[in-house]
Amino acid sequence: MAISSMDRELGEVFEKYEGKREELIPILQNVQGKLGYLPAEARTAISKFLNLPESVVFGVVTFYAQFYLTRQGKHKIKVCCGTACHVRGGNRILETLKRRLEIGIGETTADYQFTLERVACFGSCALAPVVVIDDRVYGRMSSAKVEALLEQITVEDSE
Amino acid sequence: MTFEELRGRAVDAWQEFNEPKEPRILVSAATCGRAAGASTVCEAIKAYLAEKRITGRIIETGCLGLCYTEPLVEIANPGGPSVLYGPVAPEEIPEIFDSHIMNETVATERALARMDGPGFDGVPTFTDLPMMKGQMRIAARNCGLIDPTNIHHYVARGGYQGLAKALQMDPHDVIAEVKKSGLRGRGGAGFPTGMKWEFCSKSVSDTKYVICNADEGDPGAFMDRAVLESDPHCVLEGMVICGYAIGATNGYIYVRAEYPLALERLNVAIGQMHESGLLGENILGTEFSFDVAIEMGAGAFVCGEETAMLASLEGRRGMPRSRPPFPAVSGLHGKPTNINNVETFANVSAIVSRGADEFTKYGTENSPGTKTFALAGKIVRTGLIEVPLGITLRRIIFDIGGGIPEGKEFKAVQTGGPSGGCLPASLLDLPVDYDSLTKAGSIMGSGGMIVMDEDTCVVDIARYFLEFTQNESCGKCAPCRLGTRQMLNMLNDITIGKGRKGDVDLLVEMGQVIKKGSLCGLGQTAPNPVLTTTRYFRDEYDAHVNERRCPARVCPALLTFEIIEDTCTGCGACRRVCPVEAISGEKKKAHRIDTAICVRCGLCYETCKFDAISVW
Repeated sequence: MAISSMDRELGEVFEKYEGKREELIPILQNVQGKLGYLPAEARTAISKFLNLPESVVFGVVTFYAQFYLTRQGKHKIKVCCGTACHVRGGNRILETLKRRLEIGIGETTADYQFTLERVACFGSCALAPVVVIDDRVYGRMSSAKVEALLEQITVEDSE
Repeated sequence: MTFEELRGRAVDAWQEFNEPKEPRILVSAATCGRAAGASTVCEAIKAYLAEKRITGRIIETGCLGLCYTEPLVEIANPGGPSVLYGPVAPEEIPEIFDSHIMNETVATERALARMDGPGFDGVPTFTDLPMMKGQMRIAARNCGLIDPTNIHHYVARGGYQGLAKALQMDPHDVIAEVKKSGLRGRGGAGFPTGMKWEFCSKSVSDTKYVICNADEGDPGAFMDRAVLESDPHCVLEGMVICGYAIGATNGYIYVRAEYPLALERLNVAIGQMHESGLLGENILGTEFSFDVAIEMGAGAFVCGEETAMLASLEGRRGMPRSRPPFPAVSGLHGKPTNINNVETFANVSAIVSRGADEFTKYGTENSPGTKTFALAGKIVRTGLIEVPLGITLRRIIFDIGGGIPEGKEFKAVQTGGPSGGCLPASLLDLPVDYDSLTKAGSIMGSGGMIVMDEDTCVVDIARYFLEFTQNESCGKCAPCRLGTRQMLNMLNDITIGKGRKGDVDLLVEMGQVIKKGSLCGLGQTAPNPVLTTTRYFRDEYDAHVNERRCPARVCPALLTFEIIEDTCTGCGACRRVCPVEAISGEKKKAHRIDTAICVRCGLCYETCKFDAISVW
């Protein structure tokens, strides 16, 4: 991403805030919403805006599971590993996806198409096992169904 | 606006909703409904109505709690009964609608229940459904019955009456009423709510805060999500009442980021409250002013702990601190702060409106009222329920939940999520209240209830929970940070057949040390799943350690997959699905698995339609 366009995006976010410390997490959420992740340049700009050491910003970013330090895939696949999903075989779905995409948990495919994540619980336990792709919840999944979903997304993208 | 004006408008809107002049179609579209396909069902209904040139009103409601039979559609013709259908697939819409709307005949074979009156022709009334019998809904009183984006529906069903009443009372009397109800914190620990409010009320400060903890992080729990998505106003009303009672002017609702629909519904509700004079300056024409802001969590389980949540709200790493001082004395930005859970606030609005005596009619002496539970796992009727406290586990699991599917044997139930414990069949008659559950080694927790059958390995479950808490430990206290790691290493070894003699006793000892040596609720309860499973299922641990065997046939490293030659039809399905090409064989002849290559993923076992694969 060109630095100038990032500066503009950051400026748009900062406009909405006063520069108080308690705004750090909402700012990080907003910036990530625009950029997709939190690159070093953005973290530096945020620390300057809030007058905080960069180490503090980095500390907060790495504490919370929601923040990313690297570029994410176009499609985010989150496999629920909550208790109900675990009992109903969520782990097997995760293994299937790891094999199919040839990446590990938290990793992104080389073509930046897919990022694979495991999430503790989506609260849709009654439909376990659950997979969330790009914020859409798919319930009562199986290894076969999730492979079909991947296929479908790849086909839709190529059209 | 006065409350009477608000109520007048609401009554009209509610009447219009209940006496529709055109067909009225309700679709349960909370997150779970949507995951089950409610959105595509909605599209199918729209397409059907357009094709038949029928004008009808489609309204998305919240969660009725019957998740096992989602997607749910409720249909009413003008002047006719309102009938609930489920589960409804998009392709079944024409058949059901032809019958119900075009021919005005209820499709009785597809109908689940009648919502607005006594049952007929084999269609029971809603409250007589096996899952509804025995339930008593207070916190979830409106869930699935109203349009969550319409404030009038909430008001017409008694909403904001509690607030209007409270504003006419002395704040101390409001606290006294909540104390009288005996309501205990529904987030898990069960601290008496009225007492918490009193502490905060007594703290002197120019600024005080009310925080609603909606960081529902327990895997396997979705009560708060369902309430926020289905009836956001009942929680917000509770917060405003609390603000008045303790003398606060600002409130925050801390919602986890994984709940986008709850965030959306809360935003809509807060906007409506401002328009109706229920938030902001001079609420309902009184001197009292109060406002609520939404804060979105960033994905940290420990932020459900109140001091960690405060740190997060202040823009810091969500790490707990020692108490005292309690938040009631020094909370957010050092000001007195009262923190309650979603369900607690949902109960407060009902208690103040209907009176404490109405609440104490249900439950037990030390645990009055009702509690919501999220039923999930190996149970026939999964969903959200609300029952009087003191009910037995057996009644919840077998009468309301319908027991275990596929005729399997009940093995254990996990209450309280990763902080709770696994309770065995011998404790099925245990009454569900705060004190009994604690005595059995578990906790009430926020209300997750995961049922396990004979195919669930309790060692694997204990390992699973520990992996979760170990991952979520903030790292502040060494016993929690290092202890959970060590326990997890040992459990990992046990599940791959590398357990050593004495491991189980060491696990118990370490668990007790972690409980004593940790600052916050996360560390203090993290060992509970291990401690209860070693207490009630010791033989299963021994089988893993001594015999290198997983009795429930779950732990992959301890399993062997084999094809039963006589049963195998040679269809080749397993061969095609095997990820490591460990299966070979000619078409229509018995196949075989090369155990040296097999990674024990279980895909062949799942795929085989002829039960020709044995696991031992």
